[in-house]
Amino acid sequence: MDSSLSVPETEVEGALDSGGQRRAPARDRAGRRRVRALLLRPTFVVSALIVVFWVVAALGWHLFGLDPYGNSGRALAGPGWSQPFGTDNLGRSVFARTLAGADSALAVGPLGAVLATVLGSTLGVIAGYFRGWVDTALMRLFDVLVVLPPLIFLIVVVAAFGASVPALIVIIGVVFAPGIARIIRAAVLAEMGKKYVTTARLQGESAFRIMAAELIPNVAPTVIIQATLSLSAAILMTATLSFLGLGQQPPSPDWGLAINQNIAFIETAWWTVIFPALAVASLVVSIQLIADNIKETWS
Amino acid sequence: MSAAAPVVRIDGLTVSYRVRQQTVPAVRGLSLTIAGGESYGLVGESGSGKSTAALALTRYLPAAAEVSAAELSVAGTNVLELGAAELRAFRASAFGVVYQEPGLALNPTMPVGEQIAEVYRLHSVRNHGARNHESGQHGTGQHATHRTAVREATLAAIARVNLSPPEQIAGRYPHELSGGQQQRIVIAMALASNPRLLILDEPTTGLDSRVETEIMALIDRLRTELGFASLLISHNLPLVAAHCQRIGVLRGGELVEEGPAAEVLLAPRHPYTRALIAALPDINAHRDGPRAGAVVRDRTGSAVGEDQGHPERSVVPPAASAQQPAGDGPLVTVSNLTKHYNRKTALRDVSFTIGRGEVLGLVGESGSGKTTLGLSLAGLTRYQGTVSFHVSDRHQGRKVLPRVQVVFQGADASLNPRRTVRAVLARSIELLGGAQTVEELAGRTGLADNLLDKLPHQLSGGQKQRVTIARAFAGQVPLVICDEPTSALDVSSQARLLDLLTELQERSGVSYLFISHDLAVVRQVSDRIGVLYDGELVELKAADEVFERPEHPYTQSLVDSALSLRRPRE
Repeated sequence: MDSSLSVPETEVEGALDSGGQRRAPARDRAGRRRVRALLLRPTFVVSALIVVFWVVAALGWHLFGLDPYGNSGRALAGPGWSQPFGTDNLGRSVFARTLAGADSALAVGPLGAVLATVLGSTLGVIAGYFRGWVDTALMRLFDVLVVLPPLIFLIVVVAAFGASVPALIVIIGVVFAPGIARIIRAAVLAEMGKKYVTTARLQGESAFRIMAAELIPNVAPTVIIQATLSLSAAILMTATLSFLGLGQQPPSPDWGLAINQNIAFIETAWWTVIFPALAVASLVVSIQLIADNIKETWS
Repeated sequence: MSAAAPVVRIDGLTVSYRVRQQTVPAVRGLSLTIAGGESYGLVGESGSGKSTAALALTRYLPAAAEVSAAELSVAGTNVLELGAAELRAFRASAFGVVYQEPGLALNPTMPVGEQIAEVYRLHSVRNHGARNHESGQHGTGQHATHRTAVREATLAAIARVNLSPPEQIAGRYPHELSGGQQQRIVIAMALASNPRLLILDEPTTGLDSRVETEIMALIDRLRTELGFASLLISHNLPLVAAHCQRIGVLRGGELVEEGPAAEVLLAPRHPYTRALIAALPDINAHRDGPRAGAVVRDRTGSAVGEDQGHPERSVVPPAASAQQPAGDGPLVTVSNLTKHYNRKTALRDVSFTIGRGEVLGLVGESGSGKTTLGLSLAGLTRYQGTVSFHVSDRHQGRKVLPRVQVVFQGADASLNPRRTVRAVLARSIELLGGAQTVEELAGRTGLADNLLDKLPHQLSGGQKQRVTIARAFAGQVPLVICDEPTSALDVSSQARLLDLLTELQERSGVSYLFISHDLAVVRQVSDRIGVLYDGELVELKAADEVFERPEHPYTQSLVDSALSLRRPRE
């Protein structure tokens, strides 16, 4: 659990120290205090455990001897001792398929969110720092992208370019970047009014250094919150695509796909739908709660 | 004072804050009384517990505070025994409070007249309600008369704080009023309930000295007229001495000295009070003392060629000659500098020079354009006119090193909250082409080595300002602009920082443009003083000259108010 908790933290620290500065003890202490403040919050701890659970399931389901594809003999059997979540219409174990479904759910979201965050915060910092026509041009471009309904945009692009994992990552990155860029730009504008930026300019600091060493560390909490929020949105969106039949194809154990395939049995065999649905919900809500907790303790 | 019954009686007040299982005492065993109609001043540095003591009187302390006292009473009411409802009634009637930031005390979405009227309405409703209760009668006609009564009372209140015409002022929103006018409205509101006690918590900090004098004079007059007692809380000892009959000096939550104002100021008994008074910028101090030998001063004060500079006064100090070989003549010539913000003119045709190794003081009230002038010289804003530096550029590789550094007001925002002192200084040395190590630079600016790995929020205000000063002196820059560098600090930090700035200037031979609204501070450090009024440079002459022969009416009023604040009342 601890390793996953410190993931965002080390990311910031890494960004801070990339300038080759000496790692300062005071900053480490501040970082540790923030992590400790998070660990005191029950919703954060529970959410983090759930996310860790799904990450472990995604990475290690085939190590646990789970078989999401094999026919167990009885179709649409209810939950019981041998099949804790029951079986689906082809007699496959819903338990094994739900755990294995984490794999495809987490294949696109994290990388897509990282891409969106990197793209969005870079453009946001640039727009906020340079202002003028750079800002105007970027913001108008984002306005255009933001008004496109993301899901419909996604469906069109998937229909055109296919639903391969790399394509989905790029699309998610492009769809979420404008929203992040706007928020980071606003945060940068607030920092730009502070005298430490003026002083850096007066000392002849380069624009790149001001953005990398002065501005980005100070908007880092906002960046991390946005990254987390776009991660949960990305997971929900890929599940939606699969549900609509545009993402993963059978026999993948993908959650969205599973809900779509079994929706007809919801009255007779609810377990075929409820468990994948709960899986999606638990992952998305947990990530959202992590973002909320970060927001409340860090800013 | 002895005849009137005391309005405030504090006996053995102790307030402590619980912070993570520890109790931090803020006020320890404070005892004092304030008689009816008396003006009492509580002085102390930030963190001395003076505001906590006043908040305890109003019971506005945060939940983490523990209050105990043998007696804590205002106008005969024991504050500690009040229940929630009684407390509300007590707060509404027993005292008025005037805070430091009038802009925050007023509702920005409501005309000020309505805000004052609200107080009258609440009060008359309370009194009215009580009367109706007694007589058991209601009258519809009363509402209309009631409304006109409130309106009249509001206008009278505005007139009472010398704002005219009251009808127009009442319809204005807070942002349409100046800081001084806002504070007058806050005073009118505080007095609307006819309180026995007016608590003034740093009422004029952030206002310039002329407005400060006017506001304090107004409070003095109203106190004589209305007969309320006042408790003035301030870090500004001369201000308190000038406007209070008695003074208490707080240090670390303890009252170390108390007595009549003149006595405390002229014959302080406690060493801390003596130190506090010694730290005051002396209005009579000027620069030739510490700089003897370094500068050949023209003591006859010939303000020759105000726009041509003072070659005879800007002889380069010996220490600096090695660093700045470029001979005589001014360092900077500013001619016909004009700056417009939209349609408003911030600077109008300003021309002057700054000599090599000279400290040019610049005073003016807020909005007079002094900060804009500093920004223009630093190249941070566009302007019309010319600013020329008579120095050859210093290079580092292909990069031209900066010629100007600025020490800003409010060190908080001028330090990156996420960079340690060491990182800030190391980078500044690199950028400004300095030859010293971080430790040497820190040592020169009085920063202890153990502060180097701290983040800004772990430093005190004075230490933070030292870091920003160190940053400006990381390399050899010919001109340093100090924009109100000490105005957020208490007197003793201010005195130490002014000493540091003077010392650094003498050693490195840089020129200063020293911007401040405090004439006493400017006089202490400057060779010449320029006075900006409404965007125009109305006066520019040797520091002593400004005091001895102020010409422009605005300069005269500045000098008068600076002097009057330092004259304790009898």
